[in-house]
Amino acid sequence: MTDLQPGASGVTAFLDIRDLTMQFGGLRAVSEFTMAVPEHGLYGLIGPNGAGKTTVFNMVTGLYQPTSGEIHFDGHIVNGLQPHEITHLGIARTFQNIRLFRNLTVLDNVRIAYHQHAGYALLEAVTRLGRFRRQERLLTEQAQDFLAVFGLHDRQLELAKNLPYGEQRRLEIARALAAQPRLLLLDEPAAGMNPNETETLMQLIRFVHDEFNLTILLIEHQMRVVMGICEWITVMDFGQVIARGTADDIQSNTQVIEAYLGKQFGKGLTSDAAAS
Amino acid sequence: MKRRFTIPTWIPTLVFAAAIYLAVRYATQTETITRYWYQVIQFAAITAISALGLNLIYGFNGQFSLGHVGFYAIGAYGSALITKDFGRNPWSGDRVGALSWIIAAQLGILLVLAAFRYLRIGRLRQRVRSTLASSLQPHECNVICLLLTLAITALILAAGYYATIGLHWVAYRLNTALYAALPQKLGVAVNFAVAILSGGTMAALVSYLVGLPLLRLGSDYFGIATLGFAIMMYTALQNSDLVIETMKGARGMVGIPPYTTWTWAFGALVVCAIIMRNLIRSSQGRAIISVREDEIAARAMGINVAQQKAMAFSFGGFFAGIAGALFAHLYGFLHPSSFNMIKGFDPLIIIVFGGLGSMTGTIVASIGFALLIEGLRVILPQGFEDWRFVIYPILLLLVMLLRQEGLLGTREWGWLRAPLPPDRDIPVPPRALAAQRAGGNNSEEA
Repeated sequence: MTDLQPGASGVTAFLDIRDLTMQFGGLRAVSEFTMAVPEHGLYGLIGPNGAGKTTVFNMVTGLYQPTSGEIHFDGHIVNGLQPHEITHLGIARTFQNIRLFRNLTVLDNVRIAYHQHAGYALLEAVTRLGRFRRQERLLTEQAQDFLAVFGLHDRQLELAKNLPYGEQRRLEIARALAAQPRLLLLDEPAAGMNPNETETLMQLIRFVHDEFNLTILLIEHQMRVVMGICEWITVMDFGQVIARGTADDIQSNTQVIEAYLGKQFGKGLTSDAAAS
Repeated sequence: MKRRFTIPTWIPTLVFAAAIYLAVRYATQTETITRYWYQVIQFAAITAISALGLNLIYGFNGQFSLGHVGFYAIGAYGSALITKDFGRNPWSGDRVGALSWIIAAQLGILLVLAAFRYLRIGRLRQRVRSTLASSLQPHECNVICLLLTLAITALILAAGYYATIGLHWVAYRLNTALYAALPQKLGVAVNFAVAILSGGTMAALVSYLVGLPLLRLGSDYFGIATLGFAIMMYTALQNSDLVIETMKGARGMVGIPPYTTWTWAFGALVVCAIIMRNLIRSSQGRAIISVREDEIAARAMGINVAQQKAMAFSFGGFFAGIAGALFAHLYGFLHPSSFNMIKGFDPLIIIVFGGLGSMTGTIVASIGFALLIEGLRVILPQGFEDWRFVIYPILLLLVMLLRQEGLLGTREWGWLRAPLPPDRDIPVPPRALAAQRAGGNNSEEA
């Protein structure tokens, strides 16, 4: 895997983030963050709590407007667009604290993400004429198929809030995929999962990555996940990039170990300690 | 696991609705119920239409609106203007004058909105700004952009004004020809139908315009802002005779033909319920509900939240306008006090009582509410009629204490329920996904 150096002459990566800065009043949450993800990459973004990872996601998905810097996605400039316009370009995400439509059924959660591709007009919906019946059936079947991939098909009529935690996480990923993105942003997908669930999740992420020809950028705290599946890792601390490289590079990077464990651990400790 | 064959949900619903309709008709014709109760029942159906609209806004879309009564008033007075002079001669000198003006004004507003949307002044201004930025000082840029925006806005508004006058000319001639061609009785019916529809569309247009700036506000602030709108409408109605003499302001508008019958009221309720149910059980409806559930997640799923809010608010206003039009022609008399703040809370009470996000609950609660208020008037001893405003709030308190989610929560009955998804065996690997892989990102078109 080659590192596409961002900003290098003429090269624009699939997702290209340049000098992104986010200022909240006096707090600089993200400072001149630069990152490039090639098409079909599976990249990781890690860092201690409060390093600014989720802020980066929020800027890429348009929930925050960056103070300065540029985000390019597949040749489009993303900043300044509304979140739904960005989703229509092909970026979907999950949330760190699960944000499902809690009082809706599992099936409806997924079907909502299909809205932009529903393919019938308001008048057709209200009168039930024209393309409505065919498109609605097609859309429902596709949503069911997605649920089947994630093993949630049997629970399609349950309310999302009644699912156990692990399944809620899976449903959130299924919902994001139903928006038919080309870039998927996963914000701590394994948070709160036990080792078994985490293992299943890792397989699932690899599976969707290959199956749907996706580019994935993933924030994660559990080193096992990041080191296990990410091809390339960017490490943030205090809003800045402190390291980038493959899993092996990162594990032996002094600065990273310092950021996670404090200065005195920076030397002398093996990479295993940082990774566990 | 195949489901057993079940009766389609629309059959029992249709039977039930038909039974209610025929029962009331029969009771009226045989004079089992008095004229007074006949009107109460119609009023219940009318309230249900208005409350359905508010439930769409608050119950399904999650936007707390206190301005519903304002849209109800627009529908009432607007439609009354259309029918009042029909067949006579006063306002604007002729019988289709008001109708033509109202149609032309609506089309004119739509044209102006379309022009603003098409021209995208914001983008235009940005483009001008970036072109000028290199050669001019920033404050000079600002002045030029401001002048440009003002000029374009003024141009659009002026064009809209003259378009409206032109449209009135066209509409006036068309209407005259149309009603001259129709036989008297049919002409009256058509005119009433047009008046109801216009009441709805007028209210929808105004709610769209009001919603444009207000829907950006968070829920509580939005509630207060819409309350402001309702108060404005009330004050405007009090003084309406200064602008349009026929509306008579605080003296009350009289002489509106009492066209509303049980058939009209019930028919309108059925049509509105069908529209609402079809809307809710579609992709658009799910998008509307997703805004209530989690606005941020909805955004991230590609839902245009502002658009969905505007749509729900306009549809809600449309229903309120239809209800208002029917109300105006029920008693043949309109007074601003029918549209004051306290009356404005009625639909809110009804939808909370029936269950936010339940169409069935709204309809049941509307009918229960109307019958309760009037029923207490009969039950209570003479001189104690006003005690019904003590008894029903106590009932309301009890419901809120015992069943916070309302009578039905979000449950629905019969055809109003969400249809079950097709029961099918899912092939492995799922077929639809295979299509998606083959066809890239646009599997629907495949």
